[in-house]
Amino acid sequence: MSGMIRDALTIARRNLIRIGRVPEVMVFVVVQPLMFVLLFAYVFGGSIDIPGGNYREFLIAGIFAQTVVFGATFTASGLAEDVQKGLINRFRSLPMSRSAVVAGRTASDVVYNLLSIVIMSLAGFAVGWRIRGSILDAVIGYLLLLFFSYSFSWVMACLGLMVPTPEVVNNATFIVLFPLTFIANTFVPSDNLPGVLRTIAEWNPVSTLTHAVRVRFGNIPEGTPEPTSWPLQNATLYSLGFALLLIVIFAPIATRLYQRTGKR
Amino acid sequence: MTISRITDIAADPQNAAVVATGLTKRYGGVVALDGLDLSVPTGTVLGLLGPNGAGKTTAVSILTTLIAPDSGSARVAGVDVVAQPQRVRSLIGLSGQYAAVDEHLTATENLVMIGCLYGMRRKEALRRTNDLLERFRLTDSAHRPLKTFSGGMRRRIDLAGALLADPPVLFLDEPTTGLDPRSRGELWDVIRERVGAGTTVVLTTQYLEEADQLADEIVVIDHGRAIARGTSQELKRRIGGEHLDVHLARAEDLARVEAVLREVAIGAIRTETEEALISVPVAKGVEALGTVMAELTAQNVEIVDIGLRRPTLDDVFMELTGQKAQEVAS
Repeated sequence: MSGMIRDALTIARRNLIRIGRVPEVMVFVVVQPLMFVLLFAYVFGGSIDIPGGNYREFLIAGIFAQTVVFGATFTASGLAEDVQKGLINRFRSLPMSRSAVVAGRTASDVVYNLLSIVIMSLAGFAVGWRIRGSILDAVIGYLLLLFFSYSFSWVMACLGLMVPTPEVVNNATFIVLFPLTFIANTFVPSDNLPGVLRTIAEWNPVSTLTHAVRVRFGNIPEGTPEPTSWPLQNATLYSLGFALLLIVIFAPIATRLYQRTGKR
Repeated sequence: MTISRITDIAADPQNAAVVATGLTKRYGGVVALDGLDLSVPTGTVLGLLGPNGAGKTTAVSILTTLIAPDSGSARVAGVDVVAQPQRVRSLIGLSGQYAAVDEHLTATENLVMIGCLYGMRRKEALRRTNDLLERFRLTDSAHRPLKTFSGGMRRRIDLAGALLADPPVLFLDEPTTGLDPRSRGELWDVIRERVGAGTTVVLTTQYLEEADQLADEIVVIDHGRAIARGTSQELKRRIGGEHLDVHLARAEDLARVEAVLREVAIGAIRTETEEALISVPVAKGVEALGTVMAELTAQNVEIVDIGLRRPTLDDVFMELTGQKAQEVAS
């Protein structure tokens, strides 16, 4: 076990060294989240009114949630690139832990996401977003975002080890992640959605994550009715449980996939 | 047959660093390896020679535990690759086209990472890294990302990664493919030095010259089977005699010249139309040369050059597979 942690840290260190050296990483981790906060705040935030509240403030949690979910795709493209470049073969020929490459990757991606969240928080603060709850609640909100993204990284790890080339990752994730982050309460309250979509949105873990974070940040407008669906009423618990489930299912699959992956 | 083979190998491990018996591997309907046997004595270099798709890389992948064979068995440094892959990994170094380095990391960062993953402490990994970089004359470039390196420098780092833990057995998969002659020569020197220190090397290559230069024994693979084995000298002797090369002024004359050469040929005639070259193994060199010269002069064929030479591994390959090595390899 200690060998596995040591190896995973070695791999994570390698991924973190790359942050400053690979321009794509900088764009993905820093520029893109920053752009999203500013675009949404000024393009939508100024023109949409929600009763009793501030749409800009309502949006922030949704943007955070969307960004960390998309941030997890970095795990997939990173691993797919390692497979393509032959690095996975190098690692597999070394007497290192069998799960360390994926564990190190998902761990370093938490740092990437943390960086994105810090950038977005600063940008959000600049455009008028405030944390209106307690510090403890805010910390729980941030941890929830990071943990959810971490769990999603394991799903993405499986994808990254299965696709033929890194380019496929973007196409494959786009089709899944756009509906996942839009059929939700990320940018609009889910109450206004038509029948089936509303049910999907209410059970969508991105919705519960967004709602939980919104509540923790104290960004729910005054007078908003309490949610009626169970997942949203228990948003923190539901999101946490969902994240745990993803790890329990996908971590063993990712490790197994790694062991049979080679250059294709 | 099977029994005697097992006995042979059981008696062998003391001095064989790599032993493979009856390795087979299929991908769907395609047979990549079809019962390959290998035995590499400790401290020697085995050259695995063959065209692309012959099974060289599959063989190396099995011996380095990257894939499992469908049947057959293999031991590296006395350890079974299927039963104890993790132990095998601590005893080998792998370098070549399929085991890469991270181009965004510096030379030092790459090698220290590999050292740590071999289980070394960071300090130890750094010390060995610095030693190797010095020996490979890369100290000045130690802190530059590898993407700024030339192909030859990158290959040296790749090789350094394989050497870092000083493993007793090295697998080099086409280590010099795509390198210029000078870089190739430098890598050969490093490999020779390790072999001199007692390391066993399994080398795959498309370059017959490389096998000629480095390998103590050569196994020629085609369609997943060993079709010939022996030293470079033995393989060339198998072809026998000498080769008569004729370089013509006009490619149109090739057919006529081929008819003349058929009279003296003792093996397959090899023609390179574009360069108007024709080559044939002959038994009595000088006599054949005289006969051919006389006949071509009589027929008024214009010759640029004509000469006798010792056979090369290219000729061996041609003789064994009916194909030119370069053509099938490219």
